[in-house]
Amino acid sequence: MDPVLLSFSNDPLLFSGVMVLKIIVTFSVLMGIVAYATWVERKVIGHMQTRLGPMETGWHGLLQPIADGLKLFFKEDIIPAEASKVSFVLAPVMILVPALITIAVVPFGPDLVIGGYIIPQQITDLNIGILFVLAMAGLGIYGIVLAGWSSNSKYSLLGGIRSTAQVISYELAAGLSLVAVFMLGESLSLRDIVAVQIQPLNQVAGFLGFLPEWIPNWHIFSQPVAFVLFVICGMAEINRTPFDLPEAETELVSGFCTEYSSMKYAMFFMAEYANMVIISAIAVTLFLGGWHGPFAGSVNLLIKIFGFMFFFIWIRATWPRVRYDQLMFLGWKVFLPLALANVMLTGLVVVLLQ
Amino acid sequence: MAHNEIMTVNMGPQHPSTHGVLQLILELDGETVVKATPHIGFLHRGVEKLSEHRTYHQTIPLTDRLDYLAPMSNNLGYVLAVEKLLDITDKIPARANTVRVMLAELTRLKSHLVWLATHALDIGAMTVFIYCFREREAIMDIYEKISGARMTSNYFRVGGLSADLPAGITDDIRAFAVAMPDHIEMYEGLLTGNKIWQKRTMGVGCIDAAAAIDIGLTGPALRSSGVDWDLRRDNPYSGYEDYDFEVITRAEGDTFARYKARLDEMRESCKIINQALDKLAPGPILADCPKVCLPPKKDVVNSIEGLIHQFKIITEGFKPEAGEVYQGIEAPKGELGFYLVSDGSAQPYRMKIRPPSFVNLQALPQMVEGSLLADVIAAIGTLDIVLGEIDR
Repeated sequence: MDPVLLSFSNDPLLFSGVMVLKIIVTFSVLMGIVAYATWVERKVIGHMQTRLGPMETGWHGLLQPIADGLKLFFKEDIIPAEASKVSFVLAPVMILVPALITIAVVPFGPDLVIGGYIIPQQITDLNIGILFVLAMAGLGIYGIVLAGWSSNSKYSLLGGIRSTAQVISYELAAGLSLVAVFMLGESLSLRDIVAVQIQPLNQVAGFLGFLPEWIPNWHIFSQPVAFVLFVICGMAEINRTPFDLPEAETELVSGFCTEYSSMKYAMFFMAEYANMVIISAIAVTLFLGGWHGPFAGSVNLLIKIFGFMFFFIWIRATWPRVRYDQLMFLGWKVFLPLALANVMLTGLVVVLLQ
Repeated sequence: MAHNEIMTVNMGPQHPSTHGVLQLILELDGETVVKATPHIGFLHRGVEKLSEHRTYHQTIPLTDRLDYLAPMSNNLGYVLAVEKLLDITDKIPARANTVRVMLAELTRLKSHLVWLATHALDIGAMTVFIYCFREREAIMDIYEKISGARMTSNYFRVGGLSADLPAGITDDIRAFAVAMPDHIEMYEGLLTGNKIWQKRTMGVGCIDAAAAIDIGLTGPALRSSGVDWDLRRDNPYSGYEDYDFEVITRAEGDTFARYKARLDEMRESCKIINQALDKLAPGPILADCPKVCLPPKKDVVNSIEGLIHQFKIITEGFKPEAGEVYQGIEAPKGELGFYLVSDGSAQPYRMKIRPPSFVNLQALPQMVEGSLLADVIAAIGTLDIVLGEIDR
């Protein structure tokens, strides 16, 4: 009997069990990375700045994330008297949840064959995977806007407004840069996009036949412009330096989260790092071959994600912050035309090669 | 708020980027600043009034607390004014003058390092902050060895210095002055060529030469608007005329010009420190004015004149003749002036301080009105204000 794809119809019990297991594992790994990303960030930036970073809590500060979590958990949870209560409480949830569920469409390894069933290493393979990612990214912004608005504080309001201005300037370019990718893969499913990238480059593009077999068809080779655009827009998406305008510690006094404390603040904090993991995972899946590589599937994925996160941290330690009109200028007048030109060029090449 | 198109934001006195306790009332249209009104006075300690009840020597420690990022410059400005009042400027020994110049330039480096650190941090470049503070720490160590305090130095005295330099300190200073240009090179590597840094500073907070003179800007802020004016060269004191250094001017008058000008000035300061170290020869550190300068301890114990002089200076102070003087020096932030009026008693009748930050702050509304909120931060940083001397 040939193995068949495990689905709810052919074995409901096993399917549900496997699903729950996948969700638990993915979620725990994600939260683990989120917690320790804070430690890594402080350590890496510390060493870049001739400091040591956390050293006291545990060996080289390894227990610092837990201590931070405990501290925030026991802090008094303040809701400002003038704040709009419902949306004030809702906002952190609205940021964190979209950040966490985006991981559902990221494939983290090749299909497993167990007991006659094919089990994909992915929580769910949506045929509109990329759209789902973009939608969730867009939804997360509502949380920031809502937080800024409901706090009823002027700095927070400015932060919220900034993030609306930011979202319309970079999301178009980010979306268009991805168009070029699924023009090549001819699918919106992340699983299929990885499958395309696994093939050797010299087979996909016949005129590159002289290249050795081991160079894969990663989209970073065929779509370098889209890759750069997506990474830059990704930095804007996750509100990190140089695009941390809604927060802007030194201008807006932490902007949209000025009024937040305790666990609500911790949720913003977690969302920021979860977003960082997600954007790295999406960028890796779309441009760097996803789980493809020399080691076992998910190990490759994790290594690439960590590489990306190191890059983001490095950027934060090095660069100043852009001004928000400059970000709009970049988004509308530089990235958008570039992304459009890239789509046109890709279309032309695809037609010519057929 | 919903029915009003102009939003008023209270920026400060508790705000991470207002460099202390400056309060700005900003009227914003979206993020565009329509009007900016600085409110000052949160750090007022009445230094000018306090000095009227103290002897001239007792005011020196108060000057440490004016521009607390450049205490030795304040000490220098004050003692020079008192010396001018006493008419003993020519009697200051060469060694004291050389040490004064050397430490004043070291102080300029110290002040500019804090300026660069906070300015870069305000604009978002956090690594430069730590690097600058690392070098500043080296200067603080030198300060501590010389005066015993890291910030409140209280080292200069009317007529010279409070004590001679400790043994071996010249090696520390030399090593620092030799290494510093490389560090400045590194800050430039992180910022000058960075496109974001250029975009955030070029064409931001412009002040042209005429406006700068109208406002009374001094120091690097004036020189970056194309006005070639430096008291160290144009009205020298403490023997600055014997040093070979360039006065850095730039034409653009924007934040980037002020940034470059201050960095180049730091390089010039290193040159001056090196020259001062070459010049430094053994000799007395206090002027030969027994009625003004405390006698050495051995004279106090061994001679009756020494004992009387010490007793009189300690219990009563010295009494300059009635008159008034103004002495300005080129402090790191601009012209720091002390205006002293004496009525012939041991306390000044009036002391008026002209703090550079206070005058330079006037340029802020003009620099930021019509620009974005983010530029306000850059403008505050580039003016290099210290509230300790604005509020006095």
